[in-house]
Amino acid sequence: MAAGVAAWLPFARAAAIGWMPVANCPMPLAPTDKNKRQDELIILNVSGRRFQTWRTTLERYPDTLLGSTEKEFFFNEDTKEYFFDRDPEVFRCVLNFYRTGKLHYPRYECISAYDDELAFYGILPEIIGDCCYEEYKDRKRENAERLMDDNDSENNQESMPSLSFRQTMWRAFENPHTSTLALVFYYVTGFFIAVSVITNVVETVPCGTVPGSKELPCGERYSVAFFCLDTACVMIFTVEYLLRLFAAPSRYRFIRSVMSIIDVVAIMPYYIGLVMTNNEDVSGAFVTLRVFRVFRIFKFSRHSQGLRILGYTLKSCASELGFLLFSLTMAIIIFATVMFYAEKGSSASKFTSIPASFWYTIVTMTTLGYGDMVPTIAGKIFGSICSLSGVLVIALPVPVIVSNFSRIYHQNQRADKRRAQKKARLARIRVAKTGSSNAYLHSKRNGLLNEALELTGTPEEEHMGKTTSLIESQHHHLLHCLEKTTNHEFIDEQMFEQNCMESSMQNYPSTRSPSLSSHPGLTTTCCSRRSKKTTHLPNSNLPATRLRSMQELSTIHIQGSEQPSLTTSRSSLNLKADDGLRPNCKTSQITTAIISIPTPPALTPEGESRPPPASPGPNTNIPSIASNVVKVSAL
Amino acid sequence: MDRCARRCRSPLGQAARSIYQLVAGSLSPDSVEDEFELCTVCHRPEGLEQLQEQTKFTRKELQVLYRGFKNECPSGMVNEENFKQIYSQFFPQGDSSTYATFLFNAFDTNHDGCVSFEDFVAGLSVILRGTIDDRLNWAFNLYDLNKDGCITKEEMLDIMKSIYDMMGKYTYPALREEAPREHVESFFQKMDRNKDGVVTIEEFIESCQKDENIMRSMQLFDNVI
Repeated sequence: MAAGVAAWLPFARAAAIGWMPVANCPMPLAPTDKNKRQDELIILNVSGRRFQTWRTTLERYPDTLLGSTEKEFFFNEDTKEYFFDRDPEVFRCVLNFYRTGKLHYPRYECISAYDDELAFYGILPEIIGDCCYEEYKDRKRENAERLMDDNDSENNQESMPSLSFRQTMWRAFENPHTSTLALVFYYVTGFFIAVSVITNVVETVPCGTVPGSKELPCGERYSVAFFCLDTACVMIFTVEYLLRLFAAPSRYRFIRSVMSIIDVVAIMPYYIGLVMTNNEDVSGAFVTLRVFRVFRIFKFSRHSQGLRILGYTLKSCASELGFLLFSLTMAIIIFATVMFYAEKGSSASKFTSIPASFWYTIVTMTTLGYGDMVPTIAGKIFGSICSLSGVLVIALPVPVIVSNFSRIYHQNQRADKRRAQKKARLARIRVAKTGSSNAYLHSKRNGLLNEALELTGTPEEEHMGKTTSLIESQHHHLLHCLEKTTNHEFIDEQMFEQNCMESSMQNYPSTRSPSLSSHPGLTTTCCSRRSKKTTHLPNSNLPATRLRSMQELSTIHIQGSEQPSLTTSRSSLNLKADDGLRPNCKTSQITTAIISIPTPPALTPEGESRPPPASPGPNTNIPSIASNVVKVSAL
Repeated sequence: MDRCARRCRSPLGQAARSIYQLVAGSLSPDSVEDEFELCTVCHRPEGLEQLQEQTKFTRKELQVLYRGFKNECPSGMVNEENFKQIYSQFFPQGDSSTYATFLFNAFDTNHDGCVSFEDFVAGLSVILRGTIDDRLNWAFNLYDLNKDGCITKEEMLDIMKSIYDMMGKYTYPALREEAPREHVESFFQKMDRNKDGVVTIEEFIESCQKDENIMRSMQLFDNVI
């Protein structure tokens, strides 16, 4: 239960007047305030700075230091105040949490000091309000990263004998600085990449003349040498690729990664060339394949952080680049069309078609101006407009792209963070909600124990259960009144699902295993969280429970309609069920009997029966309740 | 643009998105919610002495009540949303919004959509410090949704459903669809003397006074504060 509304508990209890006239059972007794003291001011002295607040303000959160009796340890008898030898600045935030129900994180505060203080006062940091939560999480993550970096640098100096050979190899590949062998390997591969790229380049340089024929490129003149170099490089690359493939922790993911694709593309042309040397027809295609050898230069990105960042930059602002391209294309088409029609009149113009004018437009707009296509007078007017607008069209999107890029990048990061936090927040809220309802169920069980102990006449055990505060006991009394009004009890989710699972198992006795297997949806979803059997609540199975759970689980089901006319075999049950409400009320005790229900042999679509009455005494057997629902499961 | 980011994961999608942005303009309008038509005017209650005269609370009790009230509603007025939210904190397992609406209508005696501190304290005074007849009157007023002086079965069914809604899903025995209706039937059997299908205030008070349980439970409210 949240804090600030503790003050509204009297209102909630007063609002229960609406339940009284409709309840059929007597209400439980209200908890009395034994030591009904007036609300008093208490003084909290934190390192000399005095804070004052009402006692009830602090008691809103009974599971923290200030809200529980733990603060009595800090009570100073001489000055009649509570003295804490802690930071007063952070205490301000802590006390505000009690007052307003919201915990804030001050930005000037160090994250670890703040965490320490929260741990001291017994407050979970998850309660930090939305306004400050992001900042808190950011700082916490930075702190954690810093700690991790420290740990890593410590660990790197130690040897780690526990890694397998494969893991050491992978680490050596990813992090060349781990060992000298890795460093050697790193430099050797770098060297060979450079050699390969340079040979590709030098291959095409004309290399002097052989007497009697025209100038040859070096590649053809010293073909054997170049072939040997190429072979050596490809050997090294192949060996490296295979080693990486072997060492990768997830081979499938490694194969799909960009770097491995580049590796493959870089070495494939050589092997394809080996295979296809004899075939003269496809030698043209083979020559084209050699262009892919230039991809070897991208292998440098493993060696250079900057290249990787550049690649990531381009990838992340691809939409902006696309926008630039689109606007350019639009402008090019417009101006090409205009130029074509403007030049159509003149006879010897090079503007033969609109696509032919594209080249002119591109060259003009990017201010290159080769001069291979020159318009006549009419075209010059539009040509000048084209070149002027070219400057604008090119120059304008670039700063926009740059600023957009940084904005979007940060925005996406923040949005992802928020989205990730949202799931976590909702989970926390759910946990808190179940926590408060669990508190009620927990105290009910304690109340049961108390009643049982009272019956056996041990009065000193009574006080064991009175550890809840007055507010909590009043809240629980309110929930108990609601239970009495509606004749239903609160149970937790696990118990509910257990009930439905048991009732389902009870109702499919003879064909248990196949039926369970044929209704996998029932067992998996209903009983996905099987809890151990706890015996404090009666285990009476209710087909009604099962009915309800069936409604949730099955996709198609034919519900046995509510037919008041039931078969004669259950007429006696009907009688019992009618005055079932009364016996339920007369006994306020919850028994711990295990009620067994003999299972019906056949599954026939019959009407739904009323829920059985709770047993007034221990160890009674309720006659069989055959309420079956024909379920056509879509599984 | 955040909405699009989730949908368009592929680069093709991104290009399409940028084309769309180009055509439609990439400025996303700020969606500022200007829906504050509620009572934002700060309301101060009358003085303590007047409230002491009008209600049966002592000075200290009024002080405690006001401090709690003001903490949750700094503007001095509670609107229906706030009311529902406060009430739902006490019933984590179920859905208490319908019942909270009925309560709100019962507290809001002048039907202006807001419950001020005077309304609040007046209602509490009747429930917690009034005579049994006063309390029964107040309960009747709560049930009579259209305030026409008699409770019909439909009104009672609405109330009953809202009470059962507060229990939530995880109950033992599990809630059935017709449980509220049956409860309404038994209620009318008890209350409706002349069997005309409606319960008037006289019938209600008379029947409640005859019922031991109800009389005893009405006395529970004596020491809530």
